[in-house]
Amino acid sequence: MIVVLVEVTPAGEVVETSREAMTFARDLAAAGGGVPIDAVVVGHPDDALVGTLASYGARRVHALTGPAYESFSGAAWAAGLMAVRERAGAVVVTAAGTARGNEVLAHVAARSGLPMAANVVSFSSLSPFTVTRQVVGGAALEEMSLSQRPAIFTLAGHAVEATPAATAGAGELVVETPDVADADLLARVVSTEEPEPDLSGTLKSARVVVGAGRGAGSAEGFDDLLELAELLDASLGVSRVVTSLGWRPHHEQVGQTGSRISPDLYIPCGISGAIQHWAGCSSAKVILAINTDPDAPMVTKATHAVIGDLHEIIPAVNAEIRRRRG
Amino acid sequence: MSVSPLVCVKRVVDATSEVVLTEDAQGVDGRYAGFTTSAHEECAVELAVRIAADGGAATVMTLGDDDAVEQLRAALAVGCAAATHVVADPQAFGPADVAREIAAVVRDHEAAGTPHELVLLGNDAADTGDFQVGIRLAYELGWPVVNGVNTVTVADGEVTATGSGPDGHETFRLPLPAVVTVLEGGVEPRYPSVPGRMKAKKAPIEERRPTADPVGPSRVRLVLPPPSPSTVQVLGEGPASAPAVVDLFEQLGVLAR
Ligand SMILES: Cc1cc2nc3c(=O)[nH]c(=O)nc-3n(C[C@H](O)[C@H](O)[C@H](O)COP(=O)(O)OP(=O)(O)OC[C@H]3O[C@@H](n4cnc5c(N)ncnc54)[C@H](O)[C@@H]3O)c2cc1C
Repeated sequence: MIVVLVEVTPAGEVVETSREAMTFARDLAAAGGGVPIDAVVVGHPDDALVGTLASYGARRVHALTGPAYESFSGAAWAAGLMAVRERAGAVVVTAAGTARGNEVLAHVAARSGLPMAANVVSFSSLSPFTVTRQVVGGAALEEMSLSQRPAIFTLAGHAVEATPAATAGAGELVVETPDVADADLLARVVSTEEPEPDLSGTLKSARVVVGAGRGAGSAEGFDDLLELAELLDASLGVSRVVTSLGWRPHHEQVGQTGSRISPDLYIPCGISGAIQHWAGCSSAKVILAINTDPDAPMVTKATHAVIGDLHEIIPAVNAEIRRRRG
Repeated sequence: MSVSPLVCVKRVVDATSEVVLTEDAQGVDGRYAGFTTSAHEECAVELAVRIAADGGAATVMTLGDDDAVEQLRAALAVGCAAATHVVADPQAFGPADVAREIAAVVRDHEAAGTPHELVLLGNDAADTGDFQVGIRLAYELGWPVVNGVNTVTVADGEVTATGSGPDGHETFRLPLPAVVTVLEGGVEPRYPSVPGRMKAKKAPIEERRPTADPVGPSRVRLVLPPPSPSTVQVLGEGPASAPAVVDLFEQLGVLAR
């Protein structure tokens, strides 16, 4: 049996990456001869949520409820998840490779004294159970053996496409209140504030993003880039070098440790395209790279490129836009 | 109350350009790329130095080969007061092995009269991305742990840490002693001053051997993803390409106004 920790939005919907994890669990279950899949959620789900999980193949939906689960604690969630898994005798415990998923499953692994594979993208064999996962920010892959039971892993975001099952599961709701030790509640969320209305929100949803990296040269080197952003009604997104040098604020950073963007058009100017930056911009539909180096990874991965100095190209582009607008 | 944190760093390949694997496919070859301290850990070092500024002393530690001294000295140069080096081949050590060795340092320092009430680590290492060492360490020590936070302050025997969660900005409060894993973004790591660098060069480093043979990671081997073929269309060179660029904008409909 496979147990999947499922995350739910404040509006009570299954998050996309958890639906991906359910989809992956089904592939695994099928390869294992049709073992059942149980979903675990924290809080009391409504019928629609149970229905969604059933449509993704859940035989049962275990709801962890009670005071111990009212605010997040990685150790408490892990205690609940393990209680379900022990009773069900599951051979696999999995979740989406989100911050929560990786944290809770690392607790499960530590408590069980077993290895955990974070950010798995595929499995290649069931015996020995071998998974492939992303390492070095996705620049390399690691084949990892999870031969002990339960096998504990998280699934990297978008490694598979979330698709409902051909035949829905029974989706039987089981409300659980597993005991949680006081020690597991020592590190819990004491307050959650709505995210500040910072500009990364607009960056994440922007249709066009003008990107700038070390090639901008200095804090003053952004004038033409900001003008281009204004002319295109675009947001500005920068590389980490730019924020660590203090040229622009951190909330403008795109990448593994910044915002992940998926605009219709991304225009990275003077950005090399390091893997950690690419992690945040690879979902852009069209990429127009502007760089002095024709071999920069950002140029070779882009859809379009212009080779040369951004300080010469951007003013010329701005002038051309103004000219056409009359 | 002053706190003397331990902050854990790792020497990792600077994977900003092409990644090359070692011949046995067990690791990343850093000979061409160079090495660095992971971004999350640079922030953890900054937080440790700030927390210690209240009358404590921050100790930096690493488990790594001889060259990892470079990462220890970088942390000493920005304000850590002491350094501990567990000399070992990091590739042979899995997350549980590393957690055990960090716990041994914590226990030995306590026995020596220089306890750490707080251990700071990066949320995940830039190379292995295991997401586990901090949490496994917490279980080794029997301490509470918070993960993936950007700010950490200590007052009255309590840690307050904040980070961004799925539903907004989260605050955690937990009693000392505690383990905290840090994500980049809440603080700017400071640059070393010239005197800081000079002092770091000469600072003594406590050298240790691992306390037990490692079980190792569950790695079978590393592989590189197949390179995606370049399909880039070069619009031109220099400012002369401006009309072609604006044509593209028109074609994509992003110029409309
Ligand atoms: C754990 C970790 C997390 C990280 N997270 C992120 C992240 O979230 N986001 C991120 O961006 N990085 C991140 N990084 C850093 C990343 O590895 C790179 O160091 C960074 O993205 C490089 O920024 P850059 O492209 O601006 O600079 P560089 O790599 O220095 O590249 C500058 C580019 O500009 C070009 N150039 C120079 N002058 C000009 C000019 N006048 N006109 C046109 N082109 C010019 C050069 O040819 C070069 O391609 C992370 C690193 C680590 C280890």
